[in-house]
Amino acid sequence: MQLYLPIAEVSVNIFLILGLGVMVGVLSGMFGVGGGFLLTPLLFFIGIPPAVAVATQANQIVASSLSGVLAHLKRRTVDLRMGTVLLIGGLVGAALGVVVFNYLRSMGQVDLLVRLSYVVFLGVIGGLMLIESVVSMRRIRNPTKKRRKLHKHNWIHALPFKMKFRVSGLYISVIPPLLVGVFVGILAAIMGVGGGFVMLPAMIYILGMPTKVVVGTSLFQIIFVAAFTTMLHAITNYTVDLFLAILLLVGGVIGAQIGTQIGTRMKAEQLRILLAVMVLAVGGALALELLIQPSELYSVAVVTR
Amino acid sequence: MIRWLVILVFSALPATAEQIVLGLSQNEVAITTTFDGSEILIFGAIKRDRPPPDVDTLGVIVTISGPSERVTVRRKDRVAGIWVNNASATIDVAPSFFAVASNLPLNEILTQREDRQNRISLGYAVRTILPTNRGLQNYIEALLRVRQQSNLYQVLESHVEVTEGTLFRATIEMPSNLIEGEYRAEIYLTRAGEVVDVYRTRIPVQKVGPGQWFYTLAHQQPAIYGLISLAIAVAAGWLASAAFGLMRR
Repeated sequence: MQLYLPIAEVSVNIFLILGLGVMVGVLSGMFGVGGGFLLTPLLFFIGIPPAVAVATQANQIVASSLSGVLAHLKRRTVDLRMGTVLLIGGLVGAALGVVVFNYLRSMGQVDLLVRLSYVVFLGVIGGLMLIESVVSMRRIRNPTKKRRKLHKHNWIHALPFKMKFRVSGLYISVIPPLLVGVFVGILAAIMGVGGGFVMLPAMIYILGMPTKVVVGTSLFQIIFVAAFTTMLHAITNYTVDLFLAILLLVGGVIGAQIGTQIGTRMKAEQLRILLAVMVLAVGGALALELLIQPSELYSVAVVTR
Repeated sequence: MIRWLVILVFSALPATAEQIVLGLSQNEVAITTTFDGSEILIFGAIKRDRPPPDVDTLGVIVTISGPSERVTVRRKDRVAGIWVNNASATIDVAPSFFAVASNLPLNEILTQREDRQNRISLGYAVRTILPTNRGLQNYIEALLRVRQQSNLYQVLESHVEVTEGTLFRATIEMPSNLIEGEYRAEIYLTRAGEVVDVYRTRIPVQKVGPGQWFYTLAHQQPAIYGLISLAIAVAAGWLASAAFGLMRR
């Protein structure tokens, strides 16, 4: 069944788009990532113009993240206080990111920079997570070894403006979460994604939050960053396609619920290894695209009509 | 599927030449929400009041072209081991859609001079303001190649059926990613490579229904459109969560 998308100006198969939405929704619910890093390249592949794909999936992420957060709120696995601090940083970062993005565009080659940052970040984060997960799984298999301390004291605990984050069981300065928020916000604006795949490891490894609350808190923050991005695209570029968004989000919200159910039944280590493998696979595919000679060297872009 | 019937109307003609006179039974294409490309059926006949010349080859050429665009063509090169967009060129006038159909290969029914004067073949559809040098020619060829691969440009030789030297018909497939605007249809009649008659007409292509409504809103009231998009997203997210909550109970 075909549907003509009025903003994208292409005709698409309804079930193909619904299926993509479900797939990305499952990821979102399981891991707390927006899924943008996967959906954007897939939408390009089926012929949606890049500008429309990026803007529309931001809108879809709002729906799937909200659906996920509501599920997590019921289980009390959202640290609202931490989420708010991260969000403040995130909005500042997103605004900065737009400035950086426009500056890079004026120099040309913005496509390449987006692609390269995908490859670098997906590679580094996927690799780190995979190593971490394998090490911690070995530790579980050999219980004779010394257990890890509940929390380590490091430089983060020496910073001022300390705040109590009861849900996360942390008493740390607000500076690190703010900085993490800003950094992720910048990346999100440049790479056109929610930033969950960068946010999650940062929360676990830099802030030391328990894995249990990381997903819900990240989703909470992503809702608002994605909503901000949607408005920005709608107002400046007119590239949000409502028809496409509705198809993606119907699939996405269903997928997010399924994903949340799967996520609660899996061990944290397994979850982490799966996410790491997926992140590495996408990063690898993008890297290959840069390294292998394309069959058509030329591309056409419409300037004005 | 929408069919445009281009029908010949027999009417009083000057006594000398062979002539085509056309009437359009349907004069626009509506892009509805279920639009999945369109097939144009063009048929007609050649009116003549004396026996046709036996020696000169009869040619029937149909062209359809969409609104013009300014496009940038970029070439990828290997820089430091990776393939990146390197050089680029701007082509000032390129139709968003172009199809040329004929009853025989174009070089058999059209002289180069006539082709150039009437800008019939694909090579004349694309133009630049700067004089074309060899470098630019590569980009123009790339544009033609890329758009032919996606069916936006079509060269359909031996695609016009001519029966008894009088009746002709041709179908042209238009892809689903058509843009809105005025499309031009032109039908040429040639004898021994010379154009003896031309018929030109315009066919508007427009979005209709909810698609048109949302497109207008998105461009004229972008803030409201953005808020509607967000409201739908929030409602969908909440509904899904509530629905699954009920199912689990």
